[in-house]
Amino acid sequence: MALPFDYVLLKTDLLFYLLIAAILLYAWYASRHEHLQAPWREVVRKPLGMAAAVVLGFYLAIAVLDSVHFYPALDETDSSGQTRYATEIISLFDLLAGTLREQQEKTYSAPFATHLYGKEMMEHPDGRTYRDYPRLEYGGAHLDDPGADKSADLSRRVLMGLFEGLIVWGVIIAALLLLLSRKYCRSIRDSFVLVLKGRTPVPWRVILSALGALIVLTFVCINLSKGYHIFGTDKVGVDVFYQALKSIRTGVLIGTLTTLVMLPFALVLGVMAGYFRGWIDDVIQYLYTTLSSIPGVLLIAAAALLLEVYMATHQEDFESLVLRADMRLLFLCLILGITSWTGLCRLLRGEALKLREVDYVEAARAFGVSDTTILARHLLPNVMHIVMITIVLDFSGLVLAEAVLSYINIGVDPTMESWGNMINSARFEMAREPIVWWSLASAFVFMLGLVLSANLFADAVRDAFDPRIRQEMS
Amino acid sequence: MIAYIIRRILYAIPILIGVNVITFFLFFVVNSPDDMARLHLGDRYVTQQAIDNWKAQRGYDRPLFWNSEQRGLEQFRDTIFFDNSVKLFAFNFGQSDSGRDIGSDIRQRMWPSLAIAVPTLLVGLLINISFALLVAFFRATYIDVWGVVICVVMMSISGLFYIIGGQFLISKLLHLVPISGYDTGQEAIKFLILPVLVGVISGIGSGTRWYRTIFLEEIGKDYVRTARAKGLNERIIYYRHVLKNGLIPILTGVVVILPLLFMGSLIIESFFSIPGLGSYTIDAINRQDFAIVRSMVFLGSVLYIVGLLLTDISYTLVDPRVRLES
Repeated sequence: MALPFDYVLLKTDLLFYLLIAAILLYAWYASRHEHLQAPWREVVRKPLGMAAAVVLGFYLAIAVLDSVHFYPALDETDSSGQTRYATEIISLFDLLAGTLREQQEKTYSAPFATHLYGKEMMEHPDGRTYRDYPRLEYGGAHLDDPGADKSADLSRRVLMGLFEGLIVWGVIIAALLLLLSRKYCRSIRDSFVLVLKGRTPVPWRVILSALGALIVLTFVCINLSKGYHIFGTDKVGVDVFYQALKSIRTGVLIGTLTTLVMLPFALVLGVMAGYFRGWIDDVIQYLYTTLSSIPGVLLIAAAALLLEVYMATHQEDFESLVLRADMRLLFLCLILGITSWTGLCRLLRGEALKLREVDYVEAARAFGVSDTTILARHLLPNVMHIVMITIVLDFSGLVLAEAVLSYINIGVDPTMESWGNMINSARFEMAREPIVWWSLASAFVFMLGLVLSANLFADAVRDAFDPRIRQEMS
Repeated sequence: MIAYIIRRILYAIPILIGVNVITFFLFFVVNSPDDMARLHLGDRYVTQQAIDNWKAQRGYDRPLFWNSEQRGLEQFRDTIFFDNSVKLFAFNFGQSDSGRDIGSDIRQRMWPSLAIAVPTLLVGLLINISFALLVAFFRATYIDVWGVVICVVMMSISGLFYIIGGQFLISKLLHLVPISGYDTGQEAIKFLILPVLVGVISGIGSGTRWYRTIFLEEIGKDYVRTARAKGLNERIIYYRHVLKNGLIPILTGVVVILPLLFMGSLIIESFFSIPGLGSYTIDAINRQDFAIVRSMVFLGSVLYIVGLLLTDISYTLVDPRVRLES
């Protein structure tokens, strides 16, 4: 049987799936243990943090959709009757974005433009040539007279988007109210009033507002993007909105996979150094002091140069652009992980030093419990709050770091969509006349959305998990 | 005190050796000089003769650690490891892959870097501390809440946007200062204003927020309550007690980055085309000049270790309670 697609598992995809599985596993585990549930319950009650979580959820969903890769099937079959597959790897997100990916113009065009950015020589039907702005192939191509019809068409699409979005939002609200009234045995009307007045323990009013705004925005964008380039097109005519959306996966992956890579090292070494003391402590301390004293950017640069050399000598392993970009992304995560695990390791060592003197650990030792069991059962669970805080706090910094590194050409592959690459190309666009501002603006908006919501969410998590802050509040 | 400093300096030596060995492995063992030559000469089908020439010119044709063709000490000294790594300890950086003397380049380029980094640090500290004190003074009011929100938003914007935005607004639209470039003497000032401004503004978000928590921690302490109970007015409490005690963690936090100011800022320098060490490093990365990157890695590590040492010493100077032995 011929499948309509030929599935490809990229290395970063695999790690991302593992990460999601780990998060789900943690969620399942935390839901069964009161001491883990309590801080999360506190996080859930913070309005700002939850609004940020909704936005983060949207970004994460797009990243997940964009992490399922395959070769799509072509219509034709080869001589033996087998389905043939395209040579280009696309993702589930590309499939959904469909027209957005394929509608490529010739070169720059402004947001919502119907005409190209620069003038070109064109020919009248009667043979005379003249210079003017040519019409776009896709942006506003359905309009007969762009000057007159455009604003009416735009507002019609916005209204359509609003309408669809509000319907979907309404359905979600209804489902939630039904669930809430079931859970607390109230009438739906009562639940509605409570949510509306913001009197529920979980700030549903804020969550639903954030969700509503995002859903409506999504539908408006979907409607508009079917006929226009919302954020214009770039130098080779690719839709900037599509680029910005594709960059989400790069940003989210760098923010999360780096942590996944560094976590085992930092956790095992840090806790061991603090618990065993002696020469083990000395060796581990020496290791992380040495690594952290090398300036991070330079270590990354050195590693990027090495990868360049490696790929130049092993060209046969990277025949596809996607595979090559994927390798670079993975390598970047690895090297960022190596430069950033030292901070967490130092924190964990300090905490383990304190914990080994605690009564219950001494009691366990007096009972003859083995070191491995003490580490696993008494130390690890008690340093988890530090790990949790570090993971969420590091995320936004890593997303920002990607932009800077890509700018110096030691970040992700230049062919890969990323905000850093968009900003990098925008440098020269700003010098054009009239200026091409839309690439930069959309990178700015999308990046700010992700980093800001990550920062706000991180604050909520830190307030809930940090025992020092918790004591002050109670 | 002196015994402590000597012990700390001795402790730094194994770390520097570690850094040196790591960089040596990265640059000479993981990828061989042959790979470097091939990358530099550009062509995939370059002849072995050309590669050998390239290596011979830079002395990369010798053995890595042990030269059995020589006698005595020369067995150790006539190797790539000795020439390119051991000599770094004497700050003898050797020549770059394009044949320039790295040491004199560094000595020449550190001044523009300092000219940007020092004002940025000082002005930034002044502004961040004043903002943090202001926000802490109005704690738990709307000014505090909005101040923190603005800080978080400013933190969430990538530094690249501040640079591009600043260049566009101030240089291109308002024509106040040149977009980029550098000059010597008095003329340098007009080129320095914008980078310093951008550097300060991009640091306000995280700096103010961090210092605010430090001040709030101080405000919550017993001695402040005592001072209030004595009937001191708020202004005196802030300037005489909170500010003074809050400055201890702030300034000791700054000490660690002081030596690294020499290295300059990678991004700002390359955006504003300032001939400092930051843009030197970036150029080397882009030209794939391994010798320069290697030297900068070593220099950066040395400066960082010096910074750590200075931090420890400054702790003992400002706070006599800190014991050196522990």
